[in-house]
Amino acid sequence: MTGDLLLADLRLLAPEVLLAVGAMAFLMVGAYTRAQDGAARIVSLLTLALFLVAALVSIFYVPSEGGTAFQGALIVDDFSRYAKAAVLLAAFISLILAQNYLEQEKLAKFEYPILMALSVLGMTIMVSANDLITMYMGLELQSLALYVLAAFNRDSLRASEAGLKYFVLGALSSGLLLYGASLIYGFSGTTNFAGIAEAVAAEPSLGLMFGMIFLLSGLAFKISAAPFHMWTPDVYEGSPTPVTAFFATAPKLAAMALIARVLMQPFAEMVHDWQQVVMVLSVLSMAVGAFGALTQTNIKRLLAYSSIGNMGFALVGLAAGTSIGLWALLLYLTLYVISVAGSFGIVLSMRRSDGMVERIEDLAGLAQTRPGLGWSMTALMLSIGGLPFFVGFFGKLFVFYAAVSSGLIIFTVIAGLLSVVSMAYYLRVVKVIWFDEPDGSSFLPATFSVNAVVLVTGSATVALLPFMYVMFRFVMQAGSGLG
Amino acid sequence: MAYVIVFGPLLAAIIAGVFQKQIGDRVAQSITTGLVVLSALLSIVMFFDVALGGNERTIELARWMAVGAFEFSWAIKLDTLSSVMLVVITSVSALVHIYSWGYMAEDPHRARFFSYLSLFTFAMLSLVTADNLLQMFFGWEGVGLASYLLIGFWYKKPSANNAAIKAFVTNRVGDFGLALGVMAIFTIFGTIRFDEIFAAIPAHQDTILTFFGMNFNALELIAFLLFIGAMGKSAQFFLHVWLPDAMEGPTPVSALIHAATMVTAGVFLVCRMHPVFELAPNTSAFITFIGAFTALFAATVGLAQNDIKRVIAYSTCSQLGYMFFAAGLGLYSASMFHLFTHAFFKALLFLGAGSVIHALHHEQDMRNMGGIFRMVPVTWVMMLIGTLALTGVGIPMLGLGFAGFYSKDMIIEEAFMMGQEGLPFGMMAFWIGVIAAGLTSFYSWRLVFFTFHGKYRGDKHTLDHAHETPILLFPLLVLAVGAVFAGAVFKDHFVGKHAFDFWGDSLPAGPYAEGNYPEYKAAYETAQGVGAQSQGESHDGAGDTHGEVAQAEASHGDDHGAVTDTHGGVHGDEHSAEAHEGDHHGHHPPVWVLWMPFGATLFGFVLAIYFYVIKEGLPARIAEKSGPLHAFLSNKWYVDEIYDFLFVRSVRGLGDLLWKVGDQRIIDGFGPNGVAATVLASARRLARLQSGYLYHYAFVMLIGVLGLTLWFVAGTGAH
Repeated sequence: MTGDLLLADLRLLAPEVLLAVGAMAFLMVGAYTRAQDGAARIVSLLTLALFLVAALVSIFYVPSEGGTAFQGALIVDDFSRYAKAAVLLAAFISLILAQNYLEQEKLAKFEYPILMALSVLGMTIMVSANDLITMYMGLELQSLALYVLAAFNRDSLRASEAGLKYFVLGALSSGLLLYGASLIYGFSGTTNFAGIAEAVAAEPSLGLMFGMIFLLSGLAFKISAAPFHMWTPDVYEGSPTPVTAFFATAPKLAAMALIARVLMQPFAEMVHDWQQVVMVLSVLSMAVGAFGALTQTNIKRLLAYSSIGNMGFALVGLAAGTSIGLWALLLYLTLYVISVAGSFGIVLSMRRSDGMVERIEDLAGLAQTRPGLGWSMTALMLSIGGLPFFVGFFGKLFVFYAAVSSGLIIFTVIAGLLSVVSMAYYLRVVKVIWFDEPDGSSFLPATFSVNAVVLVTGSATVALLPFMYVMFRFVMQAGSGLG
Repeated sequence: MAYVIVFGPLLAAIIAGVFQKQIGDRVAQSITTGLVVLSALLSIVMFFDVALGGNERTIELARWMAVGAFEFSWAIKLDTLSSVMLVVITSVSALVHIYSWGYMAEDPHRARFFSYLSLFTFAMLSLVTADNLLQMFFGWEGVGLASYLLIGFWYKKPSANNAAIKAFVTNRVGDFGLALGVMAIFTIFGTIRFDEIFAAIPAHQDTILTFFGMNFNALELIAFLLFIGAMGKSAQFFLHVWLPDAMEGPTPVSALIHAATMVTAGVFLVCRMHPVFELAPNTSAFITFIGAFTALFAATVGLAQNDIKRVIAYSTCSQLGYMFFAAGLGLYSASMFHLFTHAFFKALLFLGAGSVIHALHHEQDMRNMGGIFRMVPVTWVMMLIGTLALTGVGIPMLGLGFAGFYSKDMIIEEAFMMGQEGLPFGMMAFWIGVIAAGLTSFYSWRLVFFTFHGKYRGDKHTLDHAHETPILLFPLLVLAVGAVFAGAVFKDHFVGKHAFDFWGDSLPAGPYAEGNYPEYKAAYETAQGVGAQSQGESHDGAGDTHGEVAQAEASHGDDHGAVTDTHGGVHGDEHSAEAHEGDHHGHHPPVWVLWMPFGATLFGFVLAIYFYVIKEGLPARIAEKSGPLHAFLSNKWYVDEIYDFLFVRSVRGLGDLLWKVGDQRIIDGFGPNGVAATVLASARRLARLQSGYLYHYAFVMLIGVLGLTLWFVAGTGAH
C-alpha cells in the first residue's frame, strides 16, 4: 500500500480517526488533570467539540464521492455520511443533557465523555462497515463502552444490575450474531459484503439464509426490536438518565443503519426472504411497544417501550425493501431522535428538592407549573405519537407509504392499528400534564443547556415543518447511496 | 296439479312460519291443514292418473345447475313409485295435521308446530318426486332437519333436545354414506339423473372403483354406500338408536315422521335405485341380513319396553326390517306394498297411543295404565284394528284379512321361495320373519292388554279426567279404514295380477303372479304395449318433456330386459318350464309355509293372553327376578351403552375441549369481551413476562430466534 492510498483511506475515515485519536488524547488530559471535577468538565467540553468537529468533518471534509477503504473493510457513501453525522449530533445532544445531571448526582467523572466517544467511534465504524469483521469490531466497541456506561453509577444497585443484564444479554446476542456471521462466511467463502452479495446472487442457499436470520437477530438486539427487546425497559430504568437518553438515540441510529446496509447490500437479492423476517420483528416490536407501555407508571420505562415501538415503525420502512423505504427509515429515525432527546430532557428536568423523580404522575399539572416544559412535552409526545401537524406524522406517513408502495397492505394496516393503540399512552402523558392537579411541589429550575435542548427539540416538532423539503433532500440523497 | 301437491305444503310452512305473529295460531293451523289436505286429495287423483292410468311423466321446474357434465334440474318425477309415496305422505300428513288440532290444542307454539309439519311434508315430497340424486339428497337433508326440529319441538325438555341431537347426528352418519354414494355415482356415470344412470348401468357392470386403496366393483360399492344412507334414515340396526329416543317428540310427529314417512325414505331409496341393487348381489345379501336382523332385534327389544310409544317405535324398526330384507331379496314391489300398508296401521297405532296419552294427561308408561278401555272405547277399538293389521291377521288360502296380512305374509312367503332358490340369507330371512311375526304378535297384544285391560295401576286422579277428544278420533277412523282394506284392495295392483300394469317401469313387478302364470306373461306383454301408449299420451300432454319421457321409455325397454335377465337366471327358466306344464300354482310356496306366519301370530297372541290376562302380574314377577335376558332386552341389547362408550364420550371430550379452549378462551377471550379488555390484559401479560430475571430474557431471545427461523422456513418454504 502506497502512502497516497493510505492517505486517501484516512481521508475517507477522517471522522473515525478524529474520534479515536481524540478519545485517547482526552483520556490523557483527564488522567493528568489534578482537580477531578475540573477534569470532567474540561474533557466533556472537549468531547462535545470533538463530536461537533467530527460531524462537520464527515459532512464537509470526507470526499463526497465516497469509496471503500482498507481493501473494502470499510465503506463511505452518502448513507454512511448521513448516518455518521446523525449519530454524532445525537451523541452531542446526549452529552449536553448529561452534564448537569452527572454533577448533581456526583457522577461527574471524565471517563464518561471518553466512554461515549469510544462508543460513538464504534458506531461510526458500524455505519461504515463493509465486512463482517469490521462490523463486529465496531459493534463490540460500541457495546463494551455502553455496558460500562449503563453501570456508570456503580454504587447504585439498579444501575449495576442494568449494566450486568445488558452485558450478559449483549454477549448472548453477540453469540447469535457471530454464529450467523460464521454461517455466512461458511456458505459464501468471504466476509466482505460485496463478496457475500455475489454469493447470494449466485446461489441463495439455505445456509446463507439462516446465517442472515441469526445475524439479524443479533442486530435486532441492538435496536431492541421484539422479541430481543427484553433488556430495554430494565436497562432504561436502571441506568442513569443521561445514559438512557444516549441509549435511546445514537446506538439505535447506528444499529439501524447497519441493519439497513446488511440487508440492502449483501442480502439485496434475498429481499423477499428477509422481508418476512423484518415484518415479524416490526409487528412484534410495534405490538410490544404499544401494549407494554400502557400499564407503565415510570416515565423511563414508558420511553423504553416507546423506543421499542418506534423501532418497529422504523422497520416498517425497511421492510419495504426499496430506496423509498430507506429514506423513509432515515427520516423516521432522525425525527425520532429529535423527539426522544427532547423527552429525556424533560425527564432530566424532573428534579425536586428531594431529588430526581421518574413517575408519570409527577408530571401532573406541568402545564401550569412549568408552561414551557409542559408545552414542549406535549409537542414531543404528540410528535412521537404521529399526530398530524407535527413532524413525527411525516415520519410515520412515509414509512407507511413505503410499505404500501411495496404492496405490503395488510402489514401496513396492522402497523396503522398499532399506531392508534400506541397513541393512547402518549395521550395519557399529555392528559397528566394538562388535566391532572399538580401536587404542590414544582420542579427545580434546570440548567440552561437542558432547557435549551427541551425548547429547541420541542419547537422543532412544529418549526421543522416548513423545512421538511430540505430534510427530504438529505434523506433521499442518503437513501439512494445505499439502494 | 303436481305443483300444488309439492309446493302447497311449502307455501303453508312459509306462511305459518314467517307470519305466525301476525296471523295467529288458528289461522296458521287452518292454512297449513287446508293446503296439506288439498295436497292429499290431489295426490289421490294423481295416484289414479299415474299409477292406475299409467300416465307417467316428469315435470321439469327449473334448470338448477349446469357445471360441465354436472347438470340437473328441479323436477317432479311422477311414476307409480313416487305417486304411491305421494299418497302415503300427503294423506298421513293431512290426518296428522287434523289430529294435531286436538293433540296440540294447549301448546302455546302451535303455529310453529304446524309450520314444521308442513315443512317436513314439503321436504319429503321433494325427496320422493326427485328425478335426480341431488334433489333427492336435498329432500333427504330437509326431512332430517324437519325431523330434528320436530323431535326437539319441546325444546325446554332436555331429553327432547338430546333426542333431537341424537337423531340428527345419527342421521348425519347415514347421510355421509349417501353423499359418498352420490359422488361415486357421479364419478362412474357422469350424471346424477335417474334415467341416465339406469340407462348406463349395463355398461358399468364390471367397472372397478378404487376406494381407500381397495378395489371394489363400482355398483356394489355404490349400492353399499346408498344403503348406509338408507340405514340411517330408516333406523336399521346400529343406526337405529335415534328412533326410540325420537319418541320424545309430540305424538303426531312420531306418527308422521317415525312411522309413516321419513323412516320409509330408506326403503324408497333402495326401491328407486333398484337397477343398481339388482346388479349388486353382495350388497343385496347384506341388506337382507341387516333387514332380517333388525326385524328380529327390534321385535325382541319391543318385548321388554314399558313406554307405550317406544314399543310402537321398536315395532316400526322391526317392520322396516321386513321391508329391507324384502328389498334385499329383490322383492321391491312387496317391500313397497308393506310400506304402503304399514303407513296406515302404524300411523293408526301411534295416533291411537297418542289418544291414550292425551286422555291420561301425557302419561306414557304402560305400567301406570290398565283397564281403561271403558274410558276410551273408540280408541280401544281403533287400537285393536291397528294391532290386528300389524300382526297380519288373516286366513291364508282364503286370502282374507287385514292389511298387514297381505303385505307381511307376502314377504315371508316370498322370502321362503327366494331362500329355496338359493339367494343368500333367504331362508334365514324367512325363519326370522316367522319368529319376528310371533314376537310382534306377543308385544302388540301385550300392549293392548297392558294398556286397556286388567286393573288400572296409575294415579286415580288422572283416571277421573280420562276422556277422548273427538277431533283425535276422526283421523283414527280414516286410518282404520286403510288398515283394514288397504291390503285387500291394492294387493292385486302392488304384487298381484295387475302388478305389471301398475308399476310400469318404475319397479319390477316381482315374481308373484298369484299363481296365475299366463296372466303373468300377458301382463308383461301388455306392459310394453301400455308403455308405448303412454309415450304417445305424454307427447300430447307434456310437450317439452317429450324427449326425456321418450328416453325414459326407451330405457324402459332395456330395463325390462334387464329385469327379465336378472330374474331370468332365477325364475325365468322355472316359469317357462312351468308354462309348458301348465301348472297354475307353480309359484306358490308349500302350504305349511303359508300357515307359518299365521301360526306364529296365533302363538304370540295366546302367549300374551296367558301372561297378561289369565296370569296377570306374572310378567312383573318375571321382571323382578330380572334374569339377564330381561335386562338385556329392556336395555335394548346395550346398544346405547356401546354407543356411549365408543362415540359419545370421546366426542364429548373433544367438544368440551373445543368449548373450553376454543370458545371460552380464544373466541370469548378475543371477541365479545371487548378489545379494550384484551389490550389491557395483553399489557399485563407482557408486564408479567418482563419479570426482571435474566434467564427469562435470554429464553425469550432464543425462542425468538427459533420462531423467526421457523417463520422464515414456513414463509419461504419454496426454497
